[in-house]
Amino acid sequence: MTDTAWIDAALTSARPQAVGALLRYFRNLDTAEEAFQNASLRALKSWPQNGPPRDPAAWLIMVGRNVAIDEVRRTRRQEALPEDEAISDLDDAEDALAERLDGSHYRDDILRLLFICCHPDLPATQQIALALRVVSGLTVKQIARAFLVSEAAMEQRITRAKARVAAAGVPFETPGAVERSERLAAVAAMIYLIFNEGYSASGETSEIRKPLCEEAIRLARLLLRLFQSEPEIMGLTALLLLQHARAAARFDAAGELVLLDDQDRTLWNQKMIAEGLALIDKALRHHSSGPYQVQAAIAALHARAAAPEDTDWAQIDLLYGTLEIMQPSPVVTLNRAVAVSKVRGAEAALEMIEPLGERLSNYFHFFGVRGAFLMQLGRNEEAGVAFDRAIALANTSAEAAHIRMHLDRLIRDSQPRGTKASKK
Amino acid sequence: MLYAILCYHDEDLVGSWTREQDADVMTKLAVVQDKLKKQGRLGPVARLLPTTAATTLRKDDPPVVLDGPYAETKEQLLGFYVVDCKNLDEALDVARDLGAANPGGAYEIRPVGLFNPGDTQT
Repeated sequence: MTDTAWIDAALTSARPQAVGALLRYFRNLDTAEEAFQNASLRALKSWPQNGPPRDPAAWLIMVGRNVAIDEVRRTRRQEALPEDEAISDLDDAEDALAERLDGSHYRDDILRLLFICCHPDLPATQQIALALRVVSGLTVKQIARAFLVSEAAMEQRITRAKARVAAAGVPFETPGAVERSERLAAVAAMIYLIFNEGYSASGETSEIRKPLCEEAIRLARLLLRLFQSEPEIMGLTALLLLQHARAAARFDAAGELVLLDDQDRTLWNQKMIAEGLALIDKALRHHSSGPYQVQAAIAALHARAAAPEDTDWAQIDLLYGTLEIMQPSPVVTLNRAVAVSKVRGAEAALEMIEPLGERLSNYFHFFGVRGAFLMQLGRNEEAGVAFDRAIALANTSAEAAHIRMHLDRLIRDSQPRGTKASKK
Repeated sequence: MLYAILCYHDEDLVGSWTREQDADVMTKLAVVQDKLKKQGRLGPVARLLPTTAATTLRKDDPPVVLDGPYAETKEQLLGFYVVDCKNLDEALDVARDLGAANPGGAYEIRPVGLFNPGDTQT
Protein backbone atom coordinates (compact mmCIF):
# COMPACT_ATOMS: atom_id res chain seq x y z
CA MET A 1 0.00 0.00 0.00
CA THR A 2 1.24 3.47 -0.80
CA ASP A 3 1.79 6.30 1.65
CA THR A 4 -0.93 8.26 -0.06
CA ALA A 5 -3.53 5.57 0.57
CA TRP A 6 -2.70 5.69 4.29
CA ILE A 7 -2.85 9.45 4.36
CA ASP A 8 -6.16 9.38 2.50
CA ALA A 9 -7.61 7.08 5.16
CA ALA A 10 -6.27 9.32 7.92
CA LEU A 11 -7.74 12.43 6.26
CA THR A 12 -11.09 10.72 5.74
CA SER A 13 -11.25 9.60 9.33
CA ALA A 14 -10.24 13.03 10.72
CA ARG A 15 -12.49 14.96 8.37
CA PRO A 16 -15.82 15.07 10.27
CA GLN A 17 -14.14 16.27 13.43
CA ALA A 18 -11.77 18.70 11.73
CA VAL A 19 -14.34 20.29 9.41
CA GLY A 20 -16.79 20.35 12.32
CA ALA A 21 -14.34 22.28 14.50
CA LEU A 22 -13.37 24.62 11.67
CA LEU A 23 -17.04 25.29 11.06
CA ARG A 24 -17.39 26.27 14.69
CA TYR A 25 -14.52 28.76 14.33
CA PHE A 26 -15.49 30.26 11.03
CA ARG A 27 -19.24 29.73 11.04
CA ASN A 28 -19.14 29.39 7.32
CA LEU A 29 -19.17 26.08 5.57
CA ASP A 30 -17.14 27.16 2.55
CA THR A 31 -14.41 28.69 4.70
CA ALA A 32 -14.29 25.59 6.87
CA GLU A 33 -14.06 23.26 3.91
CA GLU A 34 -11.42 25.36 2.25
CA ALA A 35 -9.39 25.48 5.45
CA PHE A 36 -9.58 21.70 5.72
CA GLN A 37 -8.60 21.36 2.09
CA ASN A 38 -5.53 23.55 2.61
CA ALA A 39 -4.57 21.66 5.73
CA SER A 40 -4.92 18.37 3.83
CA LEU A 41 -2.57 19.62 1.13
CA ARG A 42 0.00 20.47 3.78
CA ALA A 43 -0.51 17.05 5.36
CA LEU A 44 0.25 15.36 2.05
CA LYS A 45 3.57 17.22 1.99
CA SER A 46 4.47 17.00 5.63
CA TRP A 47 3.26 13.60 6.84
CA PRO A 48 5.28 11.40 4.48
CA GLN A 49 8.45 13.23 5.63
CA ASN A 50 7.76 13.72 9.31
CA GLY A 51 5.48 10.80 9.91
CA PRO A 52 1.81 11.19 10.75
CA PRO A 53 1.00 13.28 13.82
CA ARG A 54 -0.30 11.49 16.89
CA ASP A 55 -3.59 13.30 16.57
CA PRO A 56 -4.28 13.96 12.89
CA ALA A 57 -7.55 15.79 13.55
CA ALA A 58 -5.96 18.26 15.99
CA TRP A 59 -3.13 18.84 13.52
CA LEU A 60 -5.55 19.51 10.67
CA ILE A 61 -7.69 21.85 12.77
CA MET A 62 -4.69 23.88 13.87
CA VAL A 63 -3.10 24.09 10.45
CA GLY A 64 -6.43 24.72 8.75
CA ARG A 65 -7.20 27.50 11.14
CA ASN A 66 -3.83 29.17 10.76
CA VAL A 67 -3.83 29.00 6.99
CA ALA A 68 -7.32 30.45 6.85
CA ILE A 69 -6.35 33.25 9.23
CA ASP A 70 -3.34 34.13 7.09
CA GLU A 71 -5.65 34.19 4.14
CA VAL A 72 -8.01 36.56 5.92
CA ARG A 73 -5.11 38.84 6.87
CA ARG A 74 -3.84 38.90 3.34
CA THR A 75 -7.19 39.86 1.90
CA ARG A 76 -8.03 42.12 4.82
CA ARG A 77 -8.03 45.25 2.67
CA GLN A 78 -10.16 43.85 -0.09
CA GLU A 79 -12.93 42.14 1.81
CA ALA A 80 -15.13 42.70 4.78
CA LEU A 81 -13.75 40.83 7.75
CA PRO A 82 -15.49 38.18 9.75
CA GLU A 83 -16.31 39.41 13.20
CA ASP A 84 -13.34 39.52 15.49
CA GLU A 85 -15.01 37.25 17.95
CA ALA A 86 -15.14 34.47 15.41
CA ILE A 87 -11.38 34.53 14.92
CA SER A 88 -10.24 35.82 18.28
CA ASP A 89 -8.70 32.60 19.53
CA LEU A 90 -6.13 32.29 16.78
CA ASP A 91 -2.62 30.95 16.83
CA ASP A 92 -3.26 29.15 20.04
CA ALA A 93 -2.00 25.67 19.50
CA GLU A 94 -2.47 24.63 23.08
CA ASP A 95 -6.06 25.69 22.97
CA ALA A 96 -6.67 23.49 19.98
CA LEU A 97 -5.11 20.52 21.67
CA ALA A 98 -6.95 21.10 24.91
CA GLU A 99 -10.19 21.30 23.01
CA ARG A 100 -9.41 18.08 21.31
CA LEU A 101 -9.73 16.42 24.66
CA ASP A 102 -13.04 18.03 25.34
CA GLY A 103 -15.37 15.30 24.21
CA SER A 104 -18.53 17.34 24.33
CA HIS A 105 -17.22 20.00 21.93
CA TYR A 106 -16.03 17.35 19.57
CA ARG A 107 -19.38 15.60 19.72
CA ASP A 108 -21.44 18.69 19.02
CA ASP A 109 -19.08 19.78 16.23
CA ILE A 110 -19.67 16.58 14.32
CA LEU A 111 -23.37 16.55 15.06
CA ARG A 112 -23.67 20.17 13.89
CA LEU A 113 -21.81 19.38 10.69
CA LEU A 114 -24.12 16.44 9.97
CA PHE A 115 -27.15 18.41 11.03
CA ILE A 116 -26.70 21.35 8.69
CA CYS A 117 -26.72 18.84 5.84
CA CYS A 118 -30.24 17.74 6.73
CA HIS A 119 -31.79 21.18 6.64
CA PRO A 120 -35.55 20.68 6.19
CA ASP A 121 -35.57 22.97 3.11
CA LEU A 122 -33.29 20.56 1.29
CA PRO A 123 -34.85 17.70 -0.66
CA ALA A 124 -33.59 14.29 0.43
CA THR A 125 -31.27 13.83 -2.54
CA GLN A 126 -29.57 17.17 -1.81
CA GLN A 127 -29.18 16.30 1.86
CA ILE A 128 -27.42 13.08 1.00
CA ALA A 129 -25.22 14.64 -1.65
CA LEU A 130 -24.22 17.45 0.69
CA ALA A 131 -23.41 15.08 3.56
CA LEU A 132 -21.32 12.86 1.31
CA ARG A 133 -19.41 15.87 0.05
CA VAL A 134 -18.99 17.80 3.30
CA VAL A 135 -18.86 15.13 6.00
CA SER A 136 -17.54 12.12 4.13
CA GLY A 137 -15.32 14.11 1.80
CA LEU A 138 -16.22 12.11 -1.30
CA THR A 139 -15.36 13.95 -4.49
CA VAL A 140 -18.15 15.34 -6.65
CA LYS A 141 -17.11 12.78 -9.23
CA GLN A 142 -17.52 9.88 -6.79
CA ILE A 143 -20.91 11.15 -5.64
CA ALA A 144 -22.10 11.71 -9.21
CA ARG A 145 -21.08 8.17 -10.04
CA ALA A 146 -22.97 6.74 -7.08
CA PHE A 147 -26.07 8.72 -8.02
CA LEU A 148 -25.68 7.82 -11.70
CA VAL A 149 -25.78 11.46 -12.80
CA SER A 150 -23.26 13.62 -14.60
CA GLU A 151 -20.56 15.38 -12.65
CA ALA A 152 -21.88 18.76 -13.76
CA ALA A 153 -25.38 17.95 -12.54
CA MET A 154 -24.06 16.81 -9.18
CA GLU A 155 -21.82 19.87 -8.88
CA GLN A 156 -24.86 22.02 -9.41
CA ARG A 157 -26.93 20.05 -6.91
CA ILE A 158 -24.29 20.44 -4.22
CA THR A 159 -23.75 24.13 -4.97
CA ARG A 160 -27.47 24.74 -4.62
CA ALA A 161 -27.63 22.80 -1.40
CA LYS A 162 -24.72 24.79 0.01
CA ALA A 163 -26.33 28.08 -0.95
CA ARG A 164 -29.48 27.10 0.94
CA VAL A 165 -27.52 26.02 3.97
CA ALA A 166 -25.54 29.27 3.93
CA ALA A 167 -28.75 31.29 3.69
CA ALA A 168 -30.14 29.40 6.67
CA GLY A 169 -27.08 30.16 8.79
CA VAL A 170 -25.03 27.79 10.93
CA PRO A 171 -26.63 26.92 14.27
CA PHE A 172 -23.39 27.42 16.19
CA GLU A 173 -24.69 27.62 19.74
CA THR A 174 -24.15 24.51 21.78
CA PRO A 175 -27.47 22.68 21.54
CA GLY A 176 -29.62 21.97 24.56
CA ALA A 177 -30.76 18.44 25.38
CA VAL A 178 -34.00 18.65 23.41
CA GLU A 179 -32.32 20.24 20.41
CA ARG A 180 -29.56 17.70 20.53
CA SER A 181 -31.99 14.82 20.40
CA GLU A 182 -33.89 16.46 17.52
CA ARG A 183 -30.65 16.89 15.62
CA LEU A 184 -29.75 13.31 16.33
CA ALA A 185 -33.06 12.07 14.91
CA ALA A 186 -32.68 14.18 11.76
CA VAL A 187 -29.12 12.99 11.25
CA ALA A 188 -30.09 9.36 11.81
CA ALA A 189 -32.80 9.69 9.16
CA MET A 190 -30.28 11.15 6.73
CA ILE A 191 -27.80 8.33 7.34
CA TYR A 192 -30.60 5.88 6.65
CA LEU A 193 -31.32 7.70 3.38
CA ILE A 194 -27.69 7.42 2.34
CA PHE A 195 -27.82 3.71 3.04
CA ASN A 196 -31.04 3.23 1.11
CA GLU A 197 -29.64 5.11 -1.84
CA GLY A 198 -27.00 2.40 -2.08
CA TYR A 199 -29.20 -0.48 -0.98
CA SER A 200 -32.04 0.11 -3.42
CA ALA A 201 -29.65 -0.03 -6.35
CA SER A 202 -30.39 -2.56 -9.04
CA GLY A 203 -28.04 -5.42 -9.87
CA GLU A 204 -26.08 -3.69 -12.58
CA THR A 205 -25.42 -0.66 -10.38
CA SER A 206 -25.20 -2.29 -6.96
CA GLU A 207 -21.43 -2.59 -7.10
CA ILE A 208 -21.03 1.09 -7.99
CA ARG A 209 -23.40 2.13 -5.22
CA LYS A 210 -22.11 -0.18 -2.52
CA PRO A 211 -19.79 2.54 -1.18
CA LEU A 212 -22.91 4.48 -0.19
CA CYS A 213 -23.94 1.63 2.11
CA GLU A 214 -20.45 1.38 3.54
CA GLU A 215 -20.25 5.11 4.10
CA ALA A 216 -23.63 5.11 5.84
CA ILE A 217 -22.40 2.37 8.18
CA ARG A 218 -19.23 4.34 8.89
CA LEU A 219 -21.28 7.44 9.73
CA ALA A 220 -23.68 5.42 11.89
CA ARG A 221 -20.76 3.96 13.86
CA LEU A 222 -19.32 7.45 14.21
CA LEU A 223 -22.61 8.75 15.56
CA LEU A 224 -22.91 5.83 17.94
CA ARG A 225 -19.42 6.45 19.26
CA LEU A 226 -20.49 10.01 20.04
CA PHE A 227 -23.80 8.96 21.58
CA GLN A 228 -22.99 5.61 23.09
CA SER A 229 -26.17 5.13 25.07
CA GLU A 230 -28.76 5.99 22.44
CA PRO A 231 -30.73 2.81 21.73
CA GLU A 232 -32.14 4.14 18.47
CA ILE A 233 -28.65 4.85 17.14
CA MET A 234 -27.68 1.31 18.14
CA GLY A 235 -30.80 0.15 16.30
CA LEU A 236 -29.95 2.18 13.21
CA THR A 237 -26.38 0.89 13.11
CA ALA A 238 -27.57 -2.68 13.65
CA LEU A 239 -30.19 -2.32 10.92
CA LEU A 240 -27.65 -1.10 8.37
CA LEU A 241 -25.15 -3.82 9.28
CA LEU A 242 -27.71 -6.62 9.15
CA GLN A 243 -29.06 -5.50 5.80
CA HIS A 244 -25.66 -4.89 4.27
CA ALA A 245 -24.47 -8.28 5.53
CA ARG A 246 -26.64 -9.80 2.81
CA ALA A 247 -25.13 -7.69 0.01
CA ALA A 248 -23.13 -10.48 -1.62
CA ALA A 249 -26.21 -12.73 -1.85
CA ARG A 250 -28.74 -10.18 -3.08
CA PHE A 251 -27.88 -10.36 -6.77
CA ASP A 252 -27.02 -13.31 -8.95
CA ALA A 253 -24.28 -13.42 -11.57
CA ALA A 254 -26.63 -11.94 -14.16
CA GLY A 255 -27.44 -9.01 -11.86
CA GLU A 256 -30.93 -10.31 -11.09
CA LEU A 257 -32.36 -9.63 -7.69
CA VAL A 258 -32.37 -12.71 -5.44
CA LEU A 259 -35.10 -12.58 -2.82
CA LEU A 260 -34.44 -13.45 0.79
CA ASP A 261 -35.85 -16.98 0.60
CA ASP A 262 -33.65 -17.85 -2.36
CA GLN A 263 -30.40 -16.28 -1.16
CA ASP A 264 -27.30 -18.37 -0.56
CA ARG A 265 -27.01 -17.69 3.14
CA THR A 266 -23.39 -18.83 3.25
CA LEU A 267 -22.61 -15.60 1.38
CA TRP A 268 -23.94 -13.48 4.23
CA ASN A 269 -21.22 -11.57 6.07
CA GLN A 270 -21.10 -13.16 9.51
CA LYS A 271 -18.90 -10.47 11.01
CA MET A 272 -21.44 -7.77 10.18
CA ILE A 273 -24.24 -9.98 11.47
CA ALA A 274 -22.36 -10.53 14.74
CA GLU A 275 -21.88 -6.79 15.17
CA GLY A 276 -25.53 -6.10 14.33
CA LEU A 277 -26.80 -8.70 16.78
CA ALA A 278 -24.48 -7.38 19.50
CA LEU A 279 -25.89 -3.89 19.01
CA ILE A 280 -29.49 -5.10 19.24
CA ASP A 281 -28.67 -6.92 22.47
CA LYS A 282 -27.28 -3.67 23.82
CA ALA A 283 -30.24 -1.61 22.64
CA LEU A 284 -32.83 -3.95 24.16
CA ARG A 285 -31.34 -3.43 27.60
CA HIS A 286 -32.56 0.18 27.50
CA HIS A 287 -36.23 -0.84 27.24
CA SER A 288 -36.85 2.18 25.07
CA SER A 289 -38.03 0.85 21.76
CA GLY A 290 -38.12 2.78 18.49
CA PRO A 291 -38.59 2.19 14.78
CA TYR A 292 -34.92 1.53 14.01
CA GLN A 293 -34.67 -1.02 16.79
CA VAL A 294 -37.81 -2.80 15.64
CA GLN A 295 -36.64 -2.91 12.04
CA ALA A 296 -33.24 -4.14 13.19
CA ALA A 297 -34.93 -6.83 15.28
CA ILE A 298 -36.80 -7.99 12.18
CA ALA A 299 -33.58 -8.06 10.17
CA ALA A 300 -31.97 -9.98 13.06
CA LEU A 301 -34.62 -12.70 12.90
CA HIS A 302 -33.78 -13.20 9.24
CA ALA A 303 -30.06 -13.15 10.01
CA ARG A 304 -30.44 -15.77 12.74
CA ALA A 305 -32.26 -18.21 10.44
CA ALA A 306 -29.75 -20.60 8.91
CA ALA A 307 -32.36 -21.62 6.32
CA PRO A 308 -35.53 -19.79 5.18
CA GLU A 309 -37.76 -22.37 6.89
CA ASP A 310 -36.07 -21.60 10.22
CA THR A 311 -37.36 -18.01 10.10
CA ASP A 312 -39.46 -17.03 13.09
CA TRP A 313 -42.29 -15.50 11.05
CA ALA A 314 -44.64 -15.29 14.03
CA GLN A 315 -42.18 -13.02 15.81
CA ILE A 316 -41.67 -10.98 12.64
CA ASP A 317 -45.45 -10.58 12.38
CA LEU A 318 -45.50 -9.25 15.97
CA LEU A 319 -42.62 -6.86 15.32
CA TYR A 320 -44.27 -5.45 12.19
CA GLY A 321 -47.38 -5.03 14.32
CA THR A 322 -45.31 -2.90 16.73
CA LEU A 323 -43.86 -0.95 13.83
CA GLU A 324 -47.36 -0.32 12.47
CA ILE A 325 -48.23 1.39 15.75
CA MET A 326 -45.01 3.43 15.84
CA GLN A 327 -44.95 4.38 12.19
CA PRO A 328 -48.31 3.63 10.57
CA SER A 329 -47.76 3.20 6.84
CA PRO A 330 -49.30 1.01 4.16
CA VAL A 331 -45.83 -0.23 3.24
CA VAL A 332 -45.29 -1.53 6.78
CA THR A 333 -48.65 -3.29 6.64
CA LEU A 334 -47.69 -4.79 3.28
CA ASN A 335 -44.49 -6.16 4.80
CA ARG A 336 -46.43 -7.49 7.75
CA ALA A 337 -48.78 -9.27 5.38
CA VAL A 338 -45.85 -11.27 4.01
CA ALA A 339 -45.15 -12.52 7.53
CA VAL A 340 -48.86 -13.18 8.04
CA SER A 341 -48.96 -15.27 4.87
CA LYS A 342 -46.25 -17.50 6.34
CA VAL A 343 -47.96 -17.81 9.71
CA ARG A 344 -51.66 -17.84 8.90
CA GLY A 345 -51.73 -18.39 5.16
CA ALA A 346 -52.25 -16.37 2.01
CA GLU A 347 -55.97 -15.90 2.55
CA ALA A 348 -55.46 -13.92 5.77
CA ALA A 349 -52.61 -11.99 4.20
CA LEU A 350 -54.65 -11.07 1.16
CA GLU A 351 -57.45 -9.84 3.36
CA MET A 352 -54.96 -7.70 5.23
CA ILE A 353 -53.63 -5.90 2.16
CA GLU A 354 -56.98 -5.44 0.41
CA PRO A 355 -57.63 -2.05 2.11
CA LEU A 356 -54.19 -0.80 0.97
CA GLY A 357 -55.02 -1.04 -2.72
CA GLU A 358 -56.02 2.57 -3.08
CA ARG A 359 -53.01 4.10 -1.35
CA LEU A 360 -50.53 1.73 -2.97
CA SER A 361 -52.09 1.81 -6.42
CA ASN A 362 -48.76 2.88 -7.92
CA TYR A 363 -46.50 0.77 -5.76
CA PHE A 364 -44.61 -1.99 -7.48
CA HIS A 365 -44.22 -4.20 -4.41
CA PHE A 366 -47.93 -4.09 -3.62
CA PHE A 367 -48.80 -5.82 -6.88
CA GLY A 368 -45.87 -8.21 -6.68
CA VAL A 369 -46.92 -9.32 -3.20
CA ARG A 370 -50.61 -9.42 -4.07
CA GLY A 371 -49.88 -11.50 -7.14
CA ALA A 372 -47.85 -13.94 -5.07
CA PHE A 373 -50.65 -14.35 -2.51
CA LEU A 374 -53.21 -14.94 -5.28
CA MET A 375 -50.92 -17.43 -6.91
CA GLN A 376 -50.61 -19.33 -3.63
CA LEU A 377 -54.38 -19.49 -3.46
CA GLY A 378 -54.52 -20.87 -6.99
CA ARG A 379 -56.29 -17.75 -8.29
CA ASN A 380 -53.92 -17.66 -11.24
CA GLU A 381 -55.90 -15.39 -13.48
CA GLU A 382 -56.08 -12.62 -10.88
CA ALA A 383 -52.44 -13.24 -10.03
CA GLY A 384 -51.55 -12.69 -13.67
CA VAL A 385 -53.34 -9.33 -13.65
CA ALA A 386 -51.48 -8.25 -10.51
CA PHE A 387 -48.11 -9.29 -11.96
CA ASP A 388 -48.80 -7.41 -15.19
CA ARG A 389 -49.48 -4.31 -13.16
CA ALA A 390 -46.30 -4.87 -11.13
CA ILE A 391 -44.20 -5.09 -14.28
CA ALA A 392 -45.71 -1.85 -15.52
CA LEU A 393 -44.69 -0.19 -12.23
CA ALA A 394 -41.24 -1.77 -11.89
CA ASN A 395 -38.50 0.72 -11.04
CA THR A 396 -35.64 -1.34 -12.36
CA SER A 397 -35.21 -3.98 -15.00
CA ALA A 398 -34.25 -6.44 -12.24
CA GLU A 399 -37.61 -5.92 -10.56
CA ALA A 400 -39.47 -6.43 -13.81
CA ALA A 401 -37.45 -9.53 -14.64
CA HIS A 402 -38.25 -11.01 -11.27
CA ILE A 403 -42.00 -10.62 -11.72
CA ARG A 404 -41.75 -11.99 -15.25
CA MET A 405 -40.24 -15.11 -13.69
CA HIS A 406 -43.38 -15.45 -11.57
CA LEU A 407 -45.55 -15.01 -14.64
CA ASP A 408 -43.59 -17.67 -16.50
CA ARG A 409 -44.14 -20.01 -13.59
CA LEU A 410 -47.85 -19.29 -13.66
CA ILE A 411 -48.01 -20.24 -17.27
CA ARG A 412 -45.73 -23.24 -16.85
CA ASP A 413 -47.54 -24.96 -14.04
CA SER A 414 -51.07 -24.42 -12.89
CA GLN A 415 -50.26 -25.84 -9.46
CA PRO A 416 -50.19 -23.27 -6.67
CA ARG A 417 -46.81 -23.00 -5.06
CA GLY A 418 -45.05 -21.31 -2.12
CA THR A 419 -44.68 -17.57 -2.36
CA LYS A 420 -41.36 -15.99 -2.98
CA ALA A 421 -42.52 -12.51 -2.43
CA SER A 422 -40.92 -11.43 0.78
CA LYS A 423 -39.41 -8.00 1.07
CA LYS A 424 -36.08 -7.89 -0.69
CA MET B 1 7.18 -17.32 28.48
CA LEU B 2 3.89 -16.19 27.08
CA TYR B 3 3.40 -12.57 26.12
CA ALA B 4 0.17 -10.87 25.27
CA ILE B 5 0.52 -8.30 22.52
CA LEU B 6 -2.38 -5.89 22.87
CA CYS B 7 -3.18 -3.89 19.75
CA TYR B 8 -4.15 -0.26 20.12
CA HIS B 9 -5.10 1.95 17.22
CA ASP B 10 -7.51 4.74 16.33
CA GLU B 11 -10.59 2.80 15.34
CA ASP B 12 -12.02 5.73 13.36
CA LEU B 13 -8.91 5.51 11.24
CA VAL B 14 -9.00 1.74 10.90
CA GLY B 15 -12.70 2.02 10.05
CA SER B 16 -11.81 4.44 7.25
CA TRP B 17 -9.58 1.95 5.49
CA THR B 18 -11.01 0.77 2.20
CA ARG B 19 -11.88 -2.90 1.88
CA GLU B 20 -8.68 -3.32 -0.12
CA GLN B 21 -6.56 -1.64 2.53
CA ASP B 22 -8.07 -3.79 5.25
CA ALA B 23 -7.58 -6.97 3.25
CA ASP B 24 -4.00 -5.93 2.49
CA VAL B 25 -3.21 -5.50 6.19
CA MET B 26 -4.81 -8.84 7.08
CA THR B 27 -2.80 -10.62 4.39
CA LYS B 28 0.46 -9.13 5.62
CA LEU B 29 -0.37 -9.99 9.22
CA ALA B 30 -1.17 -13.57 8.20
CA VAL B 31 2.39 -13.93 6.91
CA VAL B 32 3.83 -12.95 10.29
CA GLN B 33 1.38 -15.22 12.09
CA ASP B 34 2.13 -18.18 9.82
CA LYS B 35 5.81 -17.89 10.63
CA LEU B 36 5.06 -17.97 14.36
CA LYS B 37 2.61 -20.82 13.91
CA LYS B 38 5.21 -22.94 12.12
CA GLN B 39 7.54 -22.36 15.07
CA GLY B 40 4.74 -23.44 17.42
CA ARG B 41 4.79 -20.06 19.15
CA LEU B 42 1.39 -18.62 18.24
CA GLY B 43 -1.40 -18.73 20.83
CA PRO B 44 -4.89 -17.28 20.48
CA VAL B 45 -5.38 -14.29 18.19
CA ALA B 46 -8.43 -12.02 18.30
CA ARG B 47 -9.66 -9.03 16.35
CA LEU B 48 -12.38 -7.29 18.31
CA LEU B 49 -15.51 -5.72 16.88
CA PRO B 50 -15.74 -1.90 17.14
CA THR B 51 -15.98 -0.38 20.62
CA THR B 52 -19.53 0.68 19.73
CA ALA B 53 -20.40 -2.99 20.20
CA ALA B 54 -18.80 -2.98 23.67
CA THR B 55 -20.57 -2.99 27.01
CA THR B 56 -18.86 -2.35 30.33
CA LEU B 57 -19.83 -3.81 33.68
CA ARG B 58 -18.55 -1.73 36.57
CA LYS B 59 -18.19 -3.98 39.57
CA ASP B 60 -19.88 -1.63 41.97
CA ASP B 61 -22.40 -2.97 44.43
CA PRO B 62 -24.70 -3.59 42.70
CA PRO B 63 -22.78 -3.81 39.40
CA VAL B 64 -23.53 -1.08 36.86
CA VAL B 65 -23.77 -1.81 33.15
CA LEU B 66 -22.55 0.94 30.83
CA ASP B 67 -22.61 1.25 27.06
CA GLY B 68 -19.28 1.45 25.33
CA PRO B 69 -15.70 0.50 26.15
CA TYR B 70 -14.16 0.74 29.60
CA ALA B 71 -11.89 3.65 28.76
CA GLU B 72 -12.43 6.62 26.47
CA THR B 73 -9.07 6.82 24.80
CA LYS B 74 -7.66 8.28 21.63
CA GLU B 75 -6.56 4.80 20.59
CA GLN B 76 -8.70 1.80 21.36
CA LEU B 77 -7.99 -1.83 22.18
CA LEU B 78 -8.79 -3.51 18.86
CA GLY B 79 -7.37 -6.99 19.33
CA PHE B 80 -4.61 -9.11 20.80
CA TYR B 81 -2.14 -11.92 20.22
CA VAL B 82 -0.67 -14.41 22.64
CA VAL B 83 2.84 -15.41 21.61
CA ASP B 84 5.45 -17.68 23.16
CA CYS B 85 8.76 -15.81 23.46
CA LYS B 86 11.97 -16.45 25.40
CA ASN B 87 12.25 -12.91 26.64
CA LEU B 88 11.13 -9.34 26.10
CA ASP B 89 13.53 -8.82 23.21
CA GLU B 90 11.96 -11.67 21.32
CA ALA B 91 8.47 -10.38 22.08
CA LEU B 92 9.49 -6.93 20.85
CA ASP B 93 10.80 -8.52 17.65
CA VAL B 94 7.41 -10.13 17.07
CA ALA B 95 5.70 -6.82 17.77
CA ARG B 96 8.04 -5.09 15.31
CA ASP B 97 7.19 -7.66 12.62
CA LEU B 98 3.49 -7.20 13.27
CA GLY B 99 3.96 -3.44 13.27
CA ALA B 100 5.72 -3.51 9.91
CA ALA B 101 2.71 -5.38 8.51
CA ASN B 102 0.23 -3.04 10.17
CA PRO B 103 1.71 0.40 10.82
CA GLY B 104 0.13 3.01 13.06
CA GLY B 105 -1.08 2.85 16.63
CA ALA B 106 0.78 0.92 19.31
CA TYR B 107 1.32 -2.52 20.80
CA GLU B 108 1.34 -3.06 24.52
CA ILE B 109 3.46 -6.08 25.41
CA ARG B 110 2.45 -7.74 28.64
CA PRO B 111 3.82 -10.99 30.06
CA VAL B 112 1.03 -13.46 30.76
CA GLY B 113 0.67 -14.61 34.37
CA LEU B 114 -1.97 -17.28 34.02
CA PHE B 115 -2.96 -18.85 30.75
CA ASN B 116 -5.96 -21.06 30.14
CA PRO B 117 -6.28 -21.80 26.43
CA GLY B 118 -9.96 -22.77 26.88
CA ASP B 119 -11.79 -25.25 24.71
CA THR B 120 -14.40 -23.20 22.86
CA GLN B 121 -15.12 -24.53 19.41
CA THR B 122 -16.47 -21.38 17.77
